[in-house]
Amino acid sequence: MRAYWTLTWRELGAYFLSLTGYIIIAASLFLTGLSFIDLLDRLRGEAMPAPLTEIYFNTWWFPMIVVLATPVITMRLFAQEKFSGTFETLMTTPVSDLQVVLAKFSAALVFYIVLWLPLVGCVLLVRHYSNDQSAFDSGIMGSTFLGIILLGGLLVSLGCCASALTRSQVAAAMMGLAFGFSVLLLGFLADKTATHASWQAQVLACFAIFEQMRDFARGMVDTQAVVLMVSLTLFFLFVNLRIIESRRWK
Amino acid sequence: MIEVANLTKRFAGRTAISNVSFEVKRGEIVGLLGPNGAGKSTTMRILACYLPASSGMVHVAGLDVFRDSVEVRRRIGYMPENNPLHPDMRVREYLKFRARLKGLRRRTSRERVDTVMEQCGLTEVGKRIIGQLSKGFRQRVGLADALVHEPELLILDEPTIGLDPNQIRAVRQLIKGLANSHTVLVSTHILPEAEMTCNRFVLLYEGRIQAADTPDGLQRLMSGHSQVIAEIAAPQADLEECWMQMGEIEHFDISPAQGDYFRCALTPRDGLDLRPLIFELARSRGWILRELTRNRHSLEDIFVQLTKPESEEE
Repeated sequence: MRAYWTLTWRELGAYFLSLTGYIIIAASLFLTGLSFIDLLDRLRGEAMPAPLTEIYFNTWWFPMIVVLATPVITMRLFAQEKFSGTFETLMTTPVSDLQVVLAKFSAALVFYIVLWLPLVGCVLLVRHYSNDQSAFDSGIMGSTFLGIILLGGLLVSLGCCASALTRSQVAAAMMGLAFGFSVLLLGFLADKTATHASWQAQVLACFAIFEQMRDFARGMVDTQAVVLMVSLTLFFLFVNLRIIESRRWK
Repeated sequence: MIEVANLTKRFAGRTAISNVSFEVKRGEIVGLLGPNGAGKSTTMRILACYLPASSGMVHVAGLDVFRDSVEVRRRIGYMPENNPLHPDMRVREYLKFRARLKGLRRRTSRERVDTVMEQCGLTEVGKRIIGQLSKGFRQRVGLADALVHEPELLILDEPTIGLDPNQIRAVRQLIKGLANSHTVLVSTHILPEAEMTCNRFVLLYEGRIQAADTPDGLQRLMSGHSQVIAEIAAPQADLEECWMQMGEIEHFDISPAQGDYFRCALTPRDGLDLRPLIFELARSRGWILRELTRNRHSLEDIFVQLTKPESEEE
């Protein structure tokens, strides 16, 4: 456990002590700021009964930030260590492969959560200036963040796999982006086939992960979505572990 | 401390090491020598549990490196080739991170970091960022890292590569200083350095062991090629007759030297040391003996001789 915490702290430190970390924070703050302007524009129009978070979710910004930010966060995790050779010094210390994978995943997820904190500020600003106390409902905010974390967990675990597959950070980021967009496109495909009653359409609907986020933004926690996202995350962490272990396969 | 038996490592389409067997006893400093691509780093990576062996047995402190990997890693301090470090961290912070990673408790890690920083001469640069340090200091950080958890066995892959002579001397002193408390396996192709540091050598060439012995043992191995030089003041005909009659001499060569002296280069049979015989002979015949030396091979000669491609030998 000591090794896990040490590694997690080190990984988090690497984000907050490096220029890359602050560039990611600045870029995502910029996108969140733009999305906030978009949100305010929409609010200026006719009154909408939907919660603020759902309106936000209906903009393009949400999937864009998630899909763009996660591969950039995860690209360095393994690829950089492999490139610089520190992976060898890491794997020859008495830490298990599982500890390494979990520590890197946890650090990336925490950093991802930190990226989303300005959203809370945006919603609080709306409440402050609109004098509408219902604009910030802690329940809805909680479920939205749960959705953001679950979705982030899945994409971060995918990004970790991508990073573990290569020595090049650029290649890792590209793979991560491709994974992220595939997940996003699955949602579109499901949307197109939503009217079909075939089993294929139903399966697709299950994997329309971004669509399932809409319920979270509405304040609804759907256990089916939670189970799906947690299991997919665990599956990709397992794949990641196998990739790391593969160097020891004879 | 280390037992390697019939170790073979194959990468796709290439055998990096083949049937390598050697032992390292507790407290020894053993040099793993060989030209580039001989399989030194691969052997060390297998010992450090980073790569699996394709076949063969590797035990460190009685534990199998594959099955008891984590336990073996606890007992090993490993410094890979090129000494990779985190350039964004400060020296002290890095060593503390590594100590904690290697399972040391907070207080112990603090004490150990202080100790190894002093041992490796890093106290003054503790707060500096690793990326801004000179190569010599970075090398010392790597060594301090390998030492921080007080491992029984140190595996150092080319610890002096790219250092200037003063830095090489400092690292050498450091390694020699560890001899009493640690077992050290060090790879290098800087031969004078190995000669000064190690008690024993394992010489690898193209993935196979060419020789594994103490420096004296290697000398003996090479002594078939070594000559004794004697400068003697005596009639040339007497000298020739003597050398021809001595069964211990395989081949001789006499050339006139300064004054009345003749310079005799004598090649012994079966690696014998001819010097006492020649001294006795000179004494009994009343010859004046001005010089009597045996050409000792430097490790470099041995290395070149043993790692010469076969075509060149012919």
